[in-house]
Amino acid sequence: MSLLEIKDLSVEFDTVDGAVHAVRGLSYELDAGKALGIVGESGSGKTVSVLTVMGLLAENARVTSGSVTFDGIDLLKATRSQMRAIRGQRISMVFQDPMTALDPVARISKQIGETIEYHDRSATRSQIRKRVIDTLESVGVPDAANRADQYPHQWSGGMRQRAVIAMALINSPDLIVADEPTTALDATVQAQVLEVFRTIRQEHGCSIILISHDLGVVREIADDVLVMYAGAAAEHCPTPEIFGDPRHPYTRALLRARPGWGPRNERLFTIPGRPPDLLKVPPGCPFVARCAESEGLEACRTVVPPLLEIQPGHLAACHRSDELVHIEEEVAS
Amino acid sequence: MTDILSASPTPDAVVADDQSAMTHSPTSLAMRRFWGNLGARFSVFLLAIVILVCLIGPFLLPYGPDEQNLLKSRAAPSAAHWFGTDLLGRDMFARLLAGGRVSLAVGFATAFSALVVGTAIGIAAGRLGGVVDTVLMRITDIFMAIPSILVVIVAGGILGPSIPLLVGLIASFSWPTSARIARSVVLSVRELDYVRAAEAAGTRPATIMLRHLLPSVIPQVTVACALLVASAILQEAALSYLGLGVVPPQASWGNLLQTAQSYTVISSMPWLWVTPGAAIVLTSLSVIFIGDGLRDALDPKATR
Amino acid sequence: MLRYLAGRVATMVLVLLAISLGLFALSHSAPGGPLASLIPIDQVGDSQALIEAKTKEFGLDKPLPVQYWLWLSHLLVGDLGTSFQYSRPVAHLIMERMVPTLELMGLGLLIGNLVAVALGLYQASKKGKPIDYALGAVSLVLLSTPAFFLGMLAIFLFSAVLGWLPSSQMTTAGDGSTLDLIRHLILPVGVLATVHSAGITRYVRAGLLEEVSRDYVRTAIAKGATMRQARWKAFRNALGPIVTVMMMGVPALLSGAVVLEAVFSWPGLGSLTLDAISFRDYPVILGFGMMVSVVVVLSNLVSDLLLTVLDPRVALR
Repeated sequence: MSLLEIKDLSVEFDTVDGAVHAVRGLSYELDAGKALGIVGESGSGKTVSVLTVMGLLAENARVTSGSVTFDGIDLLKATRSQMRAIRGQRISMVFQDPMTALDPVARISKQIGETIEYHDRSATRSQIRKRVIDTLESVGVPDAANRADQYPHQWSGGMRQRAVIAMALINSPDLIVADEPTTALDATVQAQVLEVFRTIRQEHGCSIILISHDLGVVREIADDVLVMYAGAAAEHCPTPEIFGDPRHPYTRALLRARPGWGPRNERLFTIPGRPPDLLKVPPGCPFVARCAESEGLEACRTVVPPLLEIQPGHLAACHRSDELVHIEEEVAS
Repeated sequence: MTDILSASPTPDAVVADDQSAMTHSPTSLAMRRFWGNLGARFSVFLLAIVILVCLIGPFLLPYGPDEQNLLKSRAAPSAAHWFGTDLLGRDMFARLLAGGRVSLAVGFATAFSALVVGTAIGIAAGRLGGVVDTVLMRITDIFMAIPSILVVIVAGGILGPSIPLLVGLIASFSWPTSARIARSVVLSVRELDYVRAAEAAGTRPATIMLRHLLPSVIPQVTVACALLVASAILQEAALSYLGLGVVPPQASWGNLLQTAQSYTVISSMPWLWVTPGAAIVLTSLSVIFIGDGLRDALDPKATR
Repeated sequence: MLRYLAGRVATMVLVLLAISLGLFALSHSAPGGPLASLIPIDQVGDSQALIEAKTKEFGLDKPLPVQYWLWLSHLLVGDLGTSFQYSRPVAHLIMERMVPTLELMGLGLLIGNLVAVALGLYQASKKGKPIDYALGAVSLVLLSTPAFFLGMLAIFLFSAVLGWLPSSQMTTAGDGSTLDLIRHLILPVGVLATVHSAGITRYVRAGLLEEVSRDYVRTAIAKGATMRQARWKAFRNALGPIVTVMMMGVPALLSGAVVLEAVFSWPGLGSLTLDAISFRDYPVILGFGMMVSVVVVLSNLVSDLLLTVLDPRVALR
């Protein structure tokens, strides 16, 4: 049985202009010990779906259908104290902006220690401190024993993100969800933080969900990739297959749009148009207005393509996925 | 031929275009938002009525504010004297209106002076930056901390109370708020292209400050002005009450309350002090509501 | 940290010096000349000889900077001159009468702060609901009400109409008990606290609402904190600015106390000075000016210090 199972999840937000359908019929699974990369542009619903898992949705959000099952527990029906027991203990989250994720007036050691305190009231101060220092060292913070008592503003962005990761890691959770953990960081620091995630994967064996808009980041860490578009899944398959044999026009366009790939003298490829308005989602495939490969198929405009397993372990939501021309992965020239 | 005629825009269409442009300008949007704020709208009317009555009322009243009639002193409100008479038999309503004129005049004059001085300093600090900015801001901090009432007590106590002293001193300690606001507006605006363009074209700093920076500063500073007026009215009231502001026989709402220093007056002649006090509260409240309404209307983050 | 402290103290000293200059200038502008601010004018009358003798005695024939220096040196050792009215050292008078005023201010500050925090917390938790608007409206009305008028209304209601509380003075003649003192304290402190908290509640509410929507609160919940634990973090973060605002209200509290002393005939520094004004007791007035400046400047320094304690980002410069 998979560790995390999301089935046909739909989430809406009540706004002054009406209901925004942020997640529409999303389904995916994650097995224990595996890493899933979720890729999509802003507004694709990737963050909302994991916030639903964590129970961290805003006041005006409503889950209108579907289920979220974690290790057999129905998270949507869980009580508040059940969810509290799970957060930080069995499922942890790392957020995007390390500059604002930490409490400015509390020492780093105290903040990380709180994760233990919230779940184990019998832990002693020295036990907590030892675990905090050990965890900080394991995520690569130099001189952790001395620096842990500093305040967040005394640490750099990359270091702060490591502190946040340490917070997520310290109770050895079954699942760590990282929402764009490297987006706010410089390129060199990005690489370092990704290295931390790789280490976590190898040494702790926990599952990871890594959300990013950057395919390159996901490639480094994930076993499988889920591409989301307009609140629904577009494609879901093992990482090598996303790059080697993408079967959804959106994924294929994303791959083409990466700078640095393709002949040097060509203009950068961009996907024309914008994602559909989630207030009034048009019928048919959400990508049809921007799709270069629909070849005028009528079903694309009228029927929502179901997420089908077109090859073992490879799902795609496209009426024409079987007929798409096989793309060779292009190497940078 | 038909094509050419139908191709040219009709006069109606042209006018309609202009109108839609007008209703979406920032100023008209702000005015609509302000007017939509019921509290602010009501306050504008209230304040207008107060000002009008204070200005015109005296011409319509049978009694003057200084007419004493010892036979009718300490009379409770009646048909002849709507708000009763004071210890010397003067008509309270007439005194209330006369006091209103003084209090309002002092309030607006003080606020206006503080506004002008503060805005000038704020714009200069923001535009010139560097050492000038630091020094001016330190001075602003210092002046902001000192309550003017205490200064007027000391200065007025030694030099004797006078209205110019009152206005000058209250203004001297009220300008910091508008200075800070003006400065922060300038800081956020001066990096914008149109200011840079003016600088590049060689415009003199003074002209830049006046023609390009001032228009952005004015809306935000107007909000501060409303609060300044309220605060000035309140401070004048306190000082006149203490005898250090407007001195009798000239009336002001503050010194009308002086009679209430006696317990007898408080307990048995409420008409002598409740009305001036209520007038102060109502006027300050309306001004504050207008200020809040302006602030919400001019909020740069508002979208509708 | 020490450098920061030294800098603030230096500014403090500079400000006090500037104020002392102002007071010195004031003393020389008194009607009747500088001599009139040192001794009661009737002590010298019209006698030219006496005037000259006194002028020499106080060094008023020396150049201005020297006079200022003399005056300042007296100030620094605590010699603020002699009161015309009481013929006692001004410094002693001020120290004596300072105590009742500090009682008023201190209690007003404490109770006002507590009420503001409680109300602000409550309003923030009920944001957008009718009670939030109602309390906000009450706050606004109180902000538009002069403290002394509020005092009169309080006296009218609680003394005249209900007869529960005394309307003036610190104690009733013949009864010096603590209960009596407390009964006399209730109205003035109540009015001060009300006015002080009316000004601060908005900031408490705004500060809390702002902090509660920040990322670190979300992080705390994601770690498994209860809503209360997470909100406590927000509160702890909001404290810095809130305490600053509270301390910034101290000078206003002082001026409020001074005015209220007139309403309640409270025997404090304010009524001392107001009497002195009608008596033209200039040394007392000037002494009051100096005392008040010290209080204002000190409260600013304390406010800065408290901020460095509450917000670690501010400490190191």
